[in-house]
Amino acid sequence: MLQQNHFALFGLEPGFGIDPHYLAERYRELQRQVHPDRFAGASDQERLLSVQQAAQVNEAYQTLKSPLRRARYLLTLRGVELNEQDTRMDPLFLMEQIELREALAAVAGKGDPLAALMALRDTIETKERALVTSLTEAFARGDEAALEEARVSVRKLQFMARLNSEVEELEEGLA
Amino acid sequence: MAYSDKVMDHYENPRNVGSFDNDDAGVGTGMVGAPACGDVMRLQIKVSEEGVIEDACFKTYGCGSAIASSSLVTEWVKGKTLDEAAAIKNSDIAEELALPPVKIHCSVLAEDAIKAAITDYKSKH
Repeated sequence: MLQQNHFALFGLEPGFGIDPHYLAERYRELQRQVHPDRFAGASDQERLLSVQQAAQVNEAYQTLKSPLRRARYLLTLRGVELNEQDTRMDPLFLMEQIELREALAAVAGKGDPLAALMALRDTIETKERALVTSLTEAFARGDEAALEEARVSVRKLQFMARLNSEVEELEEGLA
Repeated sequence: MAYSDKVMDHYENPRNVGSFDNDDAGVGTGMVGAPACGDVMRLQIKVSEEGVIEDACFKTYGCGSAIASSSLVTEWVKGKTLDEAAAIKNSDIAEELALPPVKIHCSVLAEDAIKAAITDYKSKH
């Protein structure tokens, strides 16, 4: 089992479209198979192996479950560098990011901050869904130009992930 | 993470926060982003007809080091020619602010932002 790629481990062909129910089911199955408790009476070597396998199953599940991590992983498998040092992005996208963060900073001063925050969260989710849709389409095509599109969408999704964590933080603060 | 005194100073009293009208012919706008941490930086310059940067401002959404790096650059570029400003290196910023290795990318962001602002200004002329 070790050294298989995450998709193969879950009995899947590498691809962006994934059935979350199948993934969760297969995860529980794999967890049962490699659970260290099952190897309590086994040799040291077998127990060590089961711990390593359990860790790999977890890592694979976390990677495949998240659209952002799954897309990053797929790009890595296809040999596409994300190049995180490159700070140039579509200016319109960055402008929109600044506007979203300004809106987020203004939430606390609103009459109903929680309602304002939820409205903002909906806006962010809509934009995120659009990026995931474009990723699905790009990975389905899979040629070089499509992978470049996917790379750009992944970079944008990372900014969305940051926004989401700030929304969550603020939500906890308001609750 | 312990910030240096200089970072804290810029973080608590950021210089030149704001925006210029991008439709103004004398304004150059640089926008950059760091995908790894989701930081976004906008740095703007106001350039005289003689090609000297008269004013600069920024807006940064990011950590203290990113805010301090952009704040410092807006101070540095005032009174400089475009070529002088373009020569600012991220290592100069990192050294001035005593940034630890994990925060060097914040100074890179600020260097890229001023370069992008200069490029934008030149593309208008």
